Amino acid sequence: MITFMNNSDSEEEPCNERTSLMSAESPPVPSYQDGLQASQAGEVQAHRKRRTGSSRSPNNIADGETSDSSVPVREGALENEEEELTLKYGAKHVIMLFVPVTLCMIVVVATIKSVRFYTEKNGQLIYTPFTEDTPSVGQRLLNSVLNTIIMISVIVVMTVFLVLLYKYRCYKFIHGWLILSSLMLLFLFTYIYLGEVLKTYNVAMDYPTLILVIWNFGAVGMICIHWKGPLQLQQAYLIMISALMALVFIKYLPEWSAWVILGAISIYDLMAVLCPKGPLRMLVETAQERNEPIFPALIYSSAMIWTVGMAKPDTAARRSSQQAWDAAEDGRETDRSPSHTDSQMSERSPVPTRPITSFEELEEEERGVKLGLGDFIFYSVLVGKAAATASGDWNTTLACFVAILIGLCLTLLLLAVFKKALPALPISITFGLIFYFSTDNLVRPFMDTLASHQLYI
Amino acid sequence: MTLAVFFGCTFIAFGPAFGLFVFTIARDPLRIIILIAGAFFWLVSLLLSSLIWFIAVKASDPRDESLQKGLLIFGVMFSVLLQEAFRFLYYKLLRKAIEGLVALSEDGCSPISIQQMAYVAGVGFGLMSGAFSMINLLADALGPGTVGIYGDSQLYFLTSAFMTMVLIFLHTFWGILFFHGCEHRRWWEITAVVVMHLAVSGSTFFNPLYVGSLVPSYLLMAAAATWAYMLSGGSAQNLRRFLLCLRSGASPQPGS
Repeated sequence: MITFMNNSDSEEEPCNERTSLMSAESPPVPSYQDGLQASQAGEVQAHRKRRTGSSRSPNNIADGETSDSSVPVREGALENEEEELTLKYGAKHVIMLFVPVTLCMIVVVATIKSVRFYTEKNGQLIYTPFTEDTPSVGQRLLNSVLNTIIMISVIVVMTVFLVLLYKYRCYKFIHGWLILSSLMLLFLFTYIYLGEVLKTYNVAMDYPTLILVIWNFGAVGMICIHWKGPLQLQQAYLIMISALMALVFIKYLPEWSAWVILGAISIYDLMAVLCPKGPLRMLVETAQERNEPIFPALIYSSAMIWTVGMAKPDTAARRSSQQAWDAAEDGRETDRSPSHTDSQMSERSPVPTRPITSFEELEEEERGVKLGLGDFIFYSVLVGKAAATASGDWNTTLACFVAILIGLCLTLLLLAVFKKALPALPISITFGLIFYFSTDNLVRPFMDTLASHQLYI
Repeated sequence: MTLAVFFGCTFIAFGPAFGLFVFTIARDPLRIIILIAGAFFWLVSLLLSSLIWFIAVKASDPRDESLQKGLLIFGVMFSVLLQEAFRFLYYKLLRKAIEGLVALSEDGCSPISIQQMAYVAGVGFGLMSGAFSMINLLADALGPGTVGIYGDSQLYFLTSAFMTMVLIFLHTFWGILFFHGCEHRRWWEITAVVVMHLAVSGSTFFNPLYVGSLVPSYLLMAAAATWAYMLSGGSAQNLRRFLLCLRSGASPQPGS
């Protein structure tokens, strides 16, 4: 998953942030095709959308009042302000990502712990053809490595295919692919999930009710994700489909293969995003050249809504329409010039709650932080696997959860420092894996012994 | 057992901490990050101490009971010392972070003070410590069973919950004391925290004689609370004014 900043992406032109912002009407948000991959969950083509886009909102630089200072000084001042705003916004953005990641993990862990279906072995995907039911450890290891190689190659092929599609502007194909996969997720997988949950709790539901529920859920989901809808509803749907996808992975990936795949995917993510010829990086650059927004349904966006008073520039009354921001934030924003570029992502904008008169009010959307849905999926796979296989131990799950959150925090910190596309998987997954294996093997016996004697450390 | 015990023990153990979180930490994103990072540091310290204990146990004879008991005592003490060491490391990290925040802020002061960080770090340590002690117990309490059927104490869950609560509070206060000691270079405060922690952990060796472990722990908690309150600028006068809902310098008025 790539984190990227939209502001200062043009490294070639020696313009300061402000001019590059002003010239680019809507700072482009690269569209990542491989986001599509992940949403083809249907036949579980196991693509991960990995993009964490953290688009810095243009308001950093929009303090346009300093017009007479010399350019280098202003650049320095702007840069300082931007850095500081980065940090200040950084904490908020980190929390805006913590909450959905936590919610997704909670849904996955709750399901794993209560619904037996997702922990039963019921066959494997075609992407992991080698079985792990072998007598010897070496054979099992070999099989899991082979499974991983197959899975990763499928992902690479799909990513490259998507890059090609995007390069040659086959947008309809991509759209159709996306819609098909979200259809499958929202209807088929939800139906299976609902069926299993009802079975677990022994609740009877007749088919008409079921059809009504699934139809409404799926239809509203399709509209919210692919078209317009309230931001929070869209976020909720994205979390739900990520959780469903993660559950499918947890069920159908064999034990050791899952861990090796997690490790291999983080390495692939690192290479695909940072290497100059990496497919994801090429995707970023292509999208930036074309100034195009990202396809929906691949990215979780935590965009906020701001209303700006245009007719009265000095008051610059900013009221957030739906989210409540603390007064410090508001105080910060009051000196932003109202003419700062607004974001794109019209699909993201929630339905306006009051009529807009073009003279007086302009609804602007501040781009929040973006995280690819593939990141959600793989984080949840790690925590879900920990919950499913760690000998019934909750400590392991908790440790993996904290490790992943800290990894995400570090990734966002690096993003604020480097201001370019960054992969979101490596750090978190590495921490998660380390903590999973060490907590399961080292901490668990220690804590169990302490608990049996009721000792406290 | 089951739901009643589960909810009761959960709220006893985590209720106050949850209240602290909701009212003082949840609003500020920076504090939440500091909390989670504190939990992470505690986790790492636990990991290292379990590693040491694990190696020691594997290297020793599993049938020798007294040796195993000795190793356990050693493990507990070593873990306590390592936790305090990591608290110190976390203090160092937060100091650097404050310098960074100050450097980047426009008015030269950091959005969060070291005392607030100390408090949040303490809560982070406490929450993680409490969670690791209590979560597995709570999960077991949900299922069927009889406590103490083999002659152990019947109050196992309840006392565990109370012990967890007192530990969370203690970690919070120790955080404040420890950071204050580091800030003002008062080593005796730091040693006091370490000694208190060792004392509390050592007192749990009296379990299931709960008088020997819970009572001293609560007394130590009260002492640590008073000390931390004094260090944070509180005084008996402040307390009286707060309780009587007085404004500063005014006569008693009906509280709003």
